Parts: sequence; C-alpha cells; structure tokens
Amino acid sequence: MTSPTTPPAIELVGIDKRFGAVHANKSIDLSIARGTIHGIVGENGAGKSTLMSILYGFYQADAGEIRVGGAPVAITDSQAAIRAGIGMVHQHFMLVENFTVLENVMLGAEGGVLLRRGTAAARAELKRIEREYGLDIDPDAVVEELPVGLQQRVEILKALYRGAEILILDEPTGVLTPAEADHLFKILGQLRAQGKTIVLITHKLREILAVTDNVSVMRRGEMVATRKTAETSAEELAELMVGRRVLLHVEKGPAHPGPVVLSVEKLTVRDARGVTMVDGVSFDVRAGEIVGIAGVAGNGQSELLEAIAGIRRPSAGTIRVNGEALGADGRLDPARVRASGLAHVPEDRHHMGLVLSFEENENAILGYQTDPKYLKGPLLDIDAIRADARAKIERYDIRPPDCRLRTANFSGGNQQKIVLSREIERDPAVLLVGQPTRGVDIGAIEFIHKRLVALRDAGKAILLVSVELDEIRSLADRILVMFAGRIVGTPPADADEQEIGLMMAGIEAREAAE
Amino acid sequence: MSAPFGQLPRWVDYGLLPFINLVVAFLVSGLVVLFIGASPLEAINYMVTGALGSGEGLGFTLYYATSFIFTGLSVAVAFHCGLFNIGGEGQVYVGGLGVALVALALDRIMPWYVTAPLAAAAGFAFGAAWALVPAWLQAKRGSHIVITTIMFNFIAASLMVYLLVNVMKQPGSMSPQTRLFESGALLPRLGFLFSPLGLDLGTAPLNVSFFLALASGFLVWVLVWRTRFGYEIRTIGANPTAAAYAGIRYGRTVVITMLISGGLAGLMALNVLLGDHGKLQIEFPSGAGFVGIAVALMGRSHPVGIVLAAILFGILYQGGAELAFWVPNITREMIVLIQGLVILFAGALEYMFRPALVRLFAPRGAAVLRPA
Repeated sequence: MTSPTTPPAIELVGIDKRFGAVHANKSIDLSIARGTIHGIVGENGAGKSTLMSILYGFYQADAGEIRVGGAPVAITDSQAAIRAGIGMVHQHFMLVENFTVLENVMLGAEGGVLLRRGTAAARAELKRIEREYGLDIDPDAVVEELPVGLQQRVEILKALYRGAEILILDEPTGVLTPAEADHLFKILGQLRAQGKTIVLITHKLREILAVTDNVSVMRRGEMVATRKTAETSAEELAELMVGRRVLLHVEKGPAHPGPVVLSVEKLTVRDARGVTMVDGVSFDVRAGEIVGIAGVAGNGQSELLEAIAGIRRPSAGTIRVNGEALGADGRLDPARVRASGLAHVPEDRHHMGLVLSFEENENAILGYQTDPKYLKGPLLDIDAIRADARAKIERYDIRPPDCRLRTANFSGGNQQKIVLSREIERDPAVLLVGQPTRGVDIGAIEFIHKRLVALRDAGKAILLVSVELDEIRSLADRILVMFAGRIVGTPPADADEQEIGLMMAGIEAREAAE
Repeated sequence: MSAPFGQLPRWVDYGLLPFINLVVAFLVSGLVVLFIGASPLEAINYMVTGALGSGEGLGFTLYYATSFIFTGLSVAVAFHCGLFNIGGEGQVYVGGLGVALVALALDRIMPWYVTAPLAAAAGFAFGAAWALVPAWLQAKRGSHIVITTIMFNFIAASLMVYLLVNVMKQPGSMSPQTRLFESGALLPRLGFLFSPLGLDLGTAPLNVSFFLALASGFLVWVLVWRTRFGYEIRTIGANPTAAAYAGIRYGRTVVITMLISGGLAGLMALNVLLGDHGKLQIEFPSGAGFVGIAVALMGRSHPVGIVLAAILFGILYQGGAELAFWVPNITREMIVLIQGLVILFAGALEYMFRPALVRLFAPRGAAVLRPA
C-alpha cells in the first residue's frame, strides 16, 4: 500500500502494550494509506480500543513507534494527537448538551479571554468546513435538541475544526438509524475524496464491507491480517476474528406459537421529568415465539422493558402474564414480577444486570436472593450458591471457570452469559431480553442466539429488544417497530431492511433528519 | 468502596498499603516534632512505651480501642450500604442516655450482669432511634444522610445538655452530670485476665465491653457477608440500579441498615459510662464518633481491619497523652495534629500510593485495568 512518493498517513511499528498480565497489544504493525477508509475489526478485548487509545494519547505504548506522514511523533496526550492532525469521534459523544453547535465546536479553542472575536472567527471557519465537506448543520442549534445523527456530525465538525487530517471513529453507527448510518457513510466518502484519512472501528462486518478500502483484523492483541476489502468476505473476516469458523446466521425452524403468555395493554410510561416515553402500547407475546422490538435507541424500548419487569411504574395500562394482571393490588415490584414467572435480561448489564465488584457466584443469585434454595434461615447457603454457580459456568461455558472471580474481570461476552444463565435457568414463562449481544464477541453471540432459539422451541415466550436490526431480523418471529414511544409498524419477519429502517426513523422524523 | 486502577495482591492491599500510609504519616509528624525543637525519636519512644510499655498503658490503649471498634463498625455497616453516617457522635451521645437510664433504674437492685445486658439493649435502641429520622429522610425523601446526620449531632448535643442540666442533674451538684452509678451498674475490669501475665492494669478502665466489641465485630462480619440481608445491603451500596432490578427494597434496607449502624454507635456508651465514668456527663463521647470514620476507612470497612485500626487509634490516644505529659514542648494540640495526619494519610489519601504499588506489583499480579 505504501508507495515511495506518498508516505502512509499513519504507520504503527511494533506497538506493544501490557496492562499487568494482560498483553493488550502485541507488537502491532499497521500502515494506513492517505485518503483511504481503513476498517479495524476484532472481538471485544482484541485490543482495538487500546490501540486507538494509544494513537489518541490516552495511553502510552510500552514499545514501538507511531509515524504520522512518515515522521515519528510522540503522542503523549490528546493535545499532542490533535497537533499531529488526529481527531477522534467517540462512541459516546463528548458534547456539552445545552451548548449550541458553535459553542461545542469552539470548546477548548475559544481564542482569548473575550469570546466575541473568537466566536466570529469560529463561525466563519465552521461555514468553510461545512461548505467544503457538505456537512450541513445550523451552528446556533442547541445540541440536546438535535437528533443523534446530527450530534455525531457535530463531533466530526469538532475534529475537523481542530485541523484533523486523520479521523478515528469508534463504533459510529451504534446509535444511528440505517438511514442516518447511510448518511454518515456518504459524509465519510466525501471526506475521503478531500484527502482525509479515516479509521473506522466497528464490529459490524456489513459496514466494513460497504464502506472501507482496507480492513485489518485483530485477535487477542495481535494484528492477524490486513485485507483489501474488495478481496475479502464477511465469512473470512469472522473466521479471522474468532480463530474458527462461525455461523453468522441463526439457524432456526418455524415457530409454533401457542397461547398468549404475555399481554401488554395500552401501556403508558413517563420518565422522571414527566415526558411520555411509552405511549399507549399494546401487544401480545405467545408461548413458543420470539417477538422482536426494533427501533433506534431512546424511542421508549428501555422504558417498556423496565415497566414490564416492574422496575418502572407505568402511569397507565395493564400487563398480564398467563392472564393474570401484574400489580393488580397496586403493588408492582421486580420481586413480584419474577415470582409470576417472568425473567429479565436487562439492556445494560453493567449498571443493572450485574454488580461488577461482586464475585461471580454472588451475581448468579442477583434477584433470586430470597429463593429458599440459596438460604439457610437468614444466612446465605454459600455452598449451595457456589455449587449452583459452578453448574451454570459449566453449562454456559463461562470463562474463566472461577465462580469466586470478581465479575468485573470477565469479558463482556462472559458477563452476558452470567446474566443469561441466571435468568434462563429459572425456567421462566416469559423472558424479557434487552440488547443480548451488545458488546459481546462473535463467538458468544452465536452461543447466545442458539440459547434463545432453544428457549423458544421449549415453548417459552420471548420479548427481544435490540437496536441491532440484523439481530431482530434473524431472531424474531414477529417484529414490532417502536418510534417515539409508539408501535409504528409490524413488518413481517422477512421484510427488507429498507422498509423496517423507514419505520424506525418515523416518517416525519426522517424528513427532518435529511 | 471502589479501588482505582486494578487489583493488587490482598496482602498488599490490606497490609502493605496501610502500613506505608502510616509510615508516611509518622514521618511527617516527625518533621513537625523536629520543627518545634523536640526529638522525634524521643517522642516516638514516649508514645510507644506510654501506650504499650506497661500494663496500665496497654489497658488504656485497649479501653480506647473498645470505643473505636464500636464506632468504626457503625460507620462500616452504613458504608456497605453506600451511606456515609457521620452521625456516630450524636448516636453515641443519645445511646448514653439509654445506658444511663437503665443504670440509674437498676444499679441499686440488680447485679451488673443483669444491668449490663439491659443497658446495652437500651444503648443500642437509643442510638438506633437517633439514626432513624435521618434514615427515614434518606429513604423516603432523598435528603442526604451526610447533612442530616451532622445536623442530628448538634441536636443530640443540645438535647443532652438540656436533659443533664434540667432533668438528670444530681440535685445540689454544680456539674451537669447524673449521680454516680453504684456497683450494680459497673462493669468488671479485666485486670484479673492480665495479672497472670505479670501485667498490672492499675487504674486502666479496660472492661468486659471489650469482648462485646469483638463479638459485635464477628456479628457484623456475619451480617454483611453471610446473610441475605447483608447481600442486599452490599448490592445497594455497590450498585443501586442493580439492587432495584433485583427487587431489593431501597427504603426498607436503608432504614434497617441505619438502625444497626446507630445501634452499634450507641453500644459504645456502655464502655465509657459503665466501664469508666460511672455516670452520664456532658460531652462524654469526646470525638469517638468521628474517630470511627477514620477507623472504618483505615480498616477498609472489614471487622478485622477495624479492630486493628481501632487499636492503632487507641495507641495514638494513650501514647499521645503520655507524650504530652512528658515532653513539655509537645502540647495536647500537637497530639491532635499527629492523629490528624494519620487520618489524612490513612483515610483521605488512602489511595495516594496505590498507582505506584500497582505498577510495582502488576507484572506479577492479577489482571489489571482492561479497557473496554
């Protein structure tokens, strides 16, 4: 890829980084050609984030050299990275929500004590960047009022404003609708045409194949391969990532739906500020089927799940399990909901599904700590708890197989298996599953999907919420699309992505976003 | 409590790190002693021999330690639930009211072994009651427990002054205190245990409540790590969202935890009133409630650590008093300064040396910080 006349935009030579016993980056060599989009894929913990953090100055490499435009540079902090022309768009935006676009772009580059002159200069510069790259945005709009896709555009503007020649995007499409993602890729294409270099970190192989020129695969801290995108396939990349052949598609037979198990009727949920998040939603889930709720994050799916699980109090509506209304006596709490045969794999395992500072076996009883089989009177039956945890570790292949290890020390996929094993092994009548494979590596995704399908085939009712449209389409027997707190469509399970994508964007909202 | 920057071997985390903090605190104290023209070596000699060098010194050290174990456990139990109970001082004070009421009622008609358990129960109940209102406000209204417990310290102080001056004062006496308890409310001292070892406790007020303190430590361990309720306490303390998900009732758990915490503080009054003073007098807790915070921090909220930290603070109290007595340059305030430095380094700056130790031990140690 390198030619003698134009040195690569970035060259990493022998980058090595250890965190204690973990060898996060093993002598990484990587060369990224100027004016290309370069994808980096790998499972969680493969070392992508560490590598990019070194490039952006969050960490220092133990050994190795970074060359930008052929010259070695020392990137000691993010300021140095910015000076070297490297900009980063984080997965979680680093924006001041109640500032305008202009104020956010200027942040840290205000230019003097008095704002006025700096503001005028910034406004002019912003106009120029917008024109040059076709990034259309109102500089006086308040960030929190912008849709997510535009907020991301502000992040990109911020990087360009600081003179970035090389743009690193970390999982940029996680929060976008398919249409917004397409738009982002169009922008990236324009940036490339202007000679910018783009590094795209993602776990979505489809995106890699669609937009990148080259792709590098990391596995267990090593850079295992670099391919021209045109010459590779999703299957090859997945195999390189995991180190073995993986099934990218869920194998499942037709569903045999039985009687209605979970029935939600005119459910309305408001958040703490009184904003209606779920707006009169009704649907049924039958035994032996998976109902998938598709939608862009933040359209009420989380609140819906939490309301059914008893964590959030609905302001109106009824939830029935096997015909019996939950909380009919006016008291609805997670313990009662569990007792009625409903299990819940929450969307956010770090903040809700697990206590990361606990030992694994302690998390294996979270929510079921009042079950007599784990107790001897008021005391915990430690032996029974640990034996139970070991059995689940064995059955779900949780690694490392140590029930006394702190939960924070397990990888994302194994943490998710801890939650899944806890909830599935209760043999619930209804399973609520939120984002079952977020931050989970491909090997574990395959395992989790198989488990969910097996549970369906065992005649359980499953309600699946995911922002990964691919996941919904491959797992769900029926799809409900949520937008702005309502169910706006029930496309057939084999509906094409475009169609579902339009529903996810809402008709009016889509026009506004374009 | 969260431990920044990865894991360390347990002996480093619980042994070496507190030791380094302590050494640094003493080094800085030594510099201060040097600065006022006294010899640091001489000072430390007076301190150690004063606290541990004689039977009487040891007796005083353990007597102070007994009080600090109770208040340290009190703070630790609340810590595990994510609550910072700063109200130990007030809970001790009001606990003393309960202890004194039982003692005054029974000391002339009952032997000590009947009075003491009832006094302990009353001390626990009164201390718990004093924690109830802040707990309830936290649980139901979200009023911050740090603010409310501090306020309750002041209310307790005013209340006790009122009661001691207007209600409980011995008629004809000039000082705001109750009459002296009689033998039916005085705890046996532990001199008889030490005399076979050739140690004479002399006037040291070390008494049977030392064993109650150790037993409380064991019970706190059982409560926190071996009961379902302790599991729920720790879940709320470590991750309130996960606790809500798990169906653990926040309000109920917070209130009960604070009752236990306040009760443990109230038990301290037993040691001081029935073991030493033999009366209820104004300002008897004399800061032990606050020392409990430092003890719990230094002991990492674990009963074993708390007992060790309490003994350390016992040494500082007793040794400090000796030091102030023998070295004229070193005043009572200097001792408070040294204690303050220990609290600063062992409590507030607990983690100052941790990153360095992690770097030192990490290559051989367990997995450290894994970026997402």
